[in-house]
Amino acid sequence: MRMKGAEAIVEALKREGVEVIFGIPGGASIPLYDELYDSEIRHILTRHEQGAAHAADGYARVLGKAGVCSATSGPGATNLTTGIATAYMDSSPVVAFTGQVATPFIGKDAFQETDVIGITMPITKHNFQIRDVAEIPEVIKKAFHIAQTGRPGPVLIDLPKDMQEGEAEVEFPDKVEIVGYKPTYEGHPRQIKAAAKAILEAERPVILAGGGVIISGASPELIELAELIMAPVVTTLMGKGSFPESHPLALGVLGMHGRKVANYAVTDADLIIAIGTRFSDRSTGMVSCFAPEARIIHIDIDPAEIGKNVRADIPVVGDAKRVLRQLNRTLKEMMAQAKTKAWVEKVQQWKKEFNPRMDYDDVPLKPHRVIKEIMDFLGEEDIVTTEVGQCQMWAHHYLGRSKPRTFISSGGLGTMGFGFPAAMGAKVAKPEAKVIDIAGDGSFLMNIQELATVVENNINVVVAVFDNRYLGMVRQWQELFYDRRYSAVNLGSSPDFVKVAEAFGAYGTRVEKPGEIRDALSEAFDAGKPAVIDFIIDRECNIFPMVPPGRCLKDIIE
Amino acid sequence: MENTHYIVALVEDRPGVMQRVSGLLRKRNFNIDSISVGATEIPGISRITMTVRGDRVTLEQVMKQLNKLIEVVKVSELNPRESVIRELALIKVNVKSEGARAEVVQYANIFRGRIVDVAKHSMVVEITGDEDKVQAFIELMRGYGIKEIARTGKTIMARGAKSVKLRE
Repeated sequence: MRMKGAEAIVEALKREGVEVIFGIPGGASIPLYDELYDSEIRHILTRHEQGAAHAADGYARVLGKAGVCSATSGPGATNLTTGIATAYMDSSPVVAFTGQVATPFIGKDAFQETDVIGITMPITKHNFQIRDVAEIPEVIKKAFHIAQTGRPGPVLIDLPKDMQEGEAEVEFPDKVEIVGYKPTYEGHPRQIKAAAKAILEAERPVILAGGGVIISGASPELIELAELIMAPVVTTLMGKGSFPESHPLALGVLGMHGRKVANYAVTDADLIIAIGTRFSDRSTGMVSCFAPEARIIHIDIDPAEIGKNVRADIPVVGDAKRVLRQLNRTLKEMMAQAKTKAWVEKVQQWKKEFNPRMDYDDVPLKPHRVIKEIMDFLGEEDIVTTEVGQCQMWAHHYLGRSKPRTFISSGGLGTMGFGFPAAMGAKVAKPEAKVIDIAGDGSFLMNIQELATVVENNINVVVAVFDNRYLGMVRQWQELFYDRRYSAVNLGSSPDFVKVAEAFGAYGTRVEKPGEIRDALSEAFDAGKPAVIDFIIDRECNIFPMVPPGRCLKDIIE
Repeated sequence: MENTHYIVALVEDRPGVMQRVSGLLRKRNFNIDSISVGATEIPGISRITMTVRGDRVTLEQVMKQLNKLIEVVKVSELNPRESVIRELALIKVNVKSEGARAEVVQYANIFRGRIVDVAKHSMVVEITGDEDKVQAFIELMRGYGIKEIARTGKTIMARGAKSVKLRE
């Protein structure tokens, strides 16, 4: 059929099942927005393109399907890039559309022109620039396919204005063939056997679950594996929620600010079963002393992750869910008695001994106490997002989660300003869930303009500001490693977060005493509008335990 | 152990594909000595030849990361001992006297090069071969005064029945 490019874009989005777009229009994307005007697709107008990208990312992480964002050319496109890079580092399926100057102007330094294809090449899984109206349906189909399959990731489509306005005969394909893109899903049977054999020989196994478990929906298989072989489970930041932290075999998170029991168990293990993790430096500590006595089984859908950061003795390339099914089946066929009893007892002993304290009554508030009250307040299907820094690591360490897709955090890029717009995207994805952003005052200020978006669109999220008026993580490092020389970390007294919330039309309240936390949470969630709770916390409270950078996982400062 | 590895990638012939490949190599901190690109027997598919320095682990990472690029269809490592490796160079040499001119023509013949342009005070010699041969010829020409050198970078093909195909 013959149609305008913009019409073809919207039609293709409908066919992909897109229900919502986060974005901001501009000169180079007006034709697309003219078409969206009549469409059933909901458009949420954010107040900064970075907010749109993070919201699409949060939406994608909650639903496991692509989140869509849109920006105009030039500054609109460059404002998206932090969000795109965030999604890329955490393997999140975001599809980003950018307006572009009309093709005859490309390369002429036209008004609001920027080489967004060049800029986003290293931070997208792939990107496209439309050069022919007729190719729009196929490109969009390919973009969603690439973003959502294999190891997911962001894909950007650049739309020159004349491609949106021009007409062509278009056809909408049901599927696409990409000759250079064939992800491996099934594990190789020989590798599965080798892995099963190693598991049955192990006396001190530890399962290390990463974000890949959540992405592939492999939590039931992971629980089955752990119970089958009686192995304790630790998770990375990205894997938090993949295994219920309330489970007797759960040791919680590992890494720089991980649980002591998790770091000890990994270090003393004789077998690591790593699933859907890229062995980030924040998880492993110094690589040369990471699990020194262990053989390593590494299950990942991305072959390039095998052997990249940590040697793998038994690599298995494939989708976590399918590989775990294969592995569980093989283990059941081979099943001998698990030899892990003594190990599990030892680990349980550590777990009891190292259980962190959270019930502080101090004023100003201890962050642990606030986290505990939030954790007790939330149901297991409710969603926590985080900003980045101390607030993120307090949540990471202390805030137990039991379900996948209920803990949303910028792991790889560590993007301050992520949590609040991501919470907005999460709430749009799952309106029935309570959604709370664990924020620091520094991070919240980086995308605070999105208060207008959530108020205007009745997206009732709660922002819990852990307010210490510092760039707290940097201050902590300066305290510990730079002789307390607090360079450029003091945020002073501005702003008043309660007044800011009220000025935007949100609910704002301040909490200074532990006894007030629970009521404040109730009131915020019942406010009938977005809410900000300003928790005044101990200014120089550190996030401990901590493994100093470049040290082994057992070298813990407490 | 650090070695030179020869990698051939078949890629979709689209705008920006060289930037994707070279950008990836830079972003992943890989050392590239030479890179060249040209058409193949398959319409729409180009062939990129790279020489990469590094140990086995580095080589494996280069190949895996290249494979992740959507427009890269196939990546192979070729063993230099079982392959033909060639480079073409054009060298513009000063020839200030008749004697010099005769000598350059003689050297070109010995190296199986060709004189492709003659002017009053200079000549352009085309020479093809492996890196050592091209380098040896260039050294010989230095005595006469080299005005300009253009080299294509290395290209490589396996000897015998083996070949880099889209599907095996």
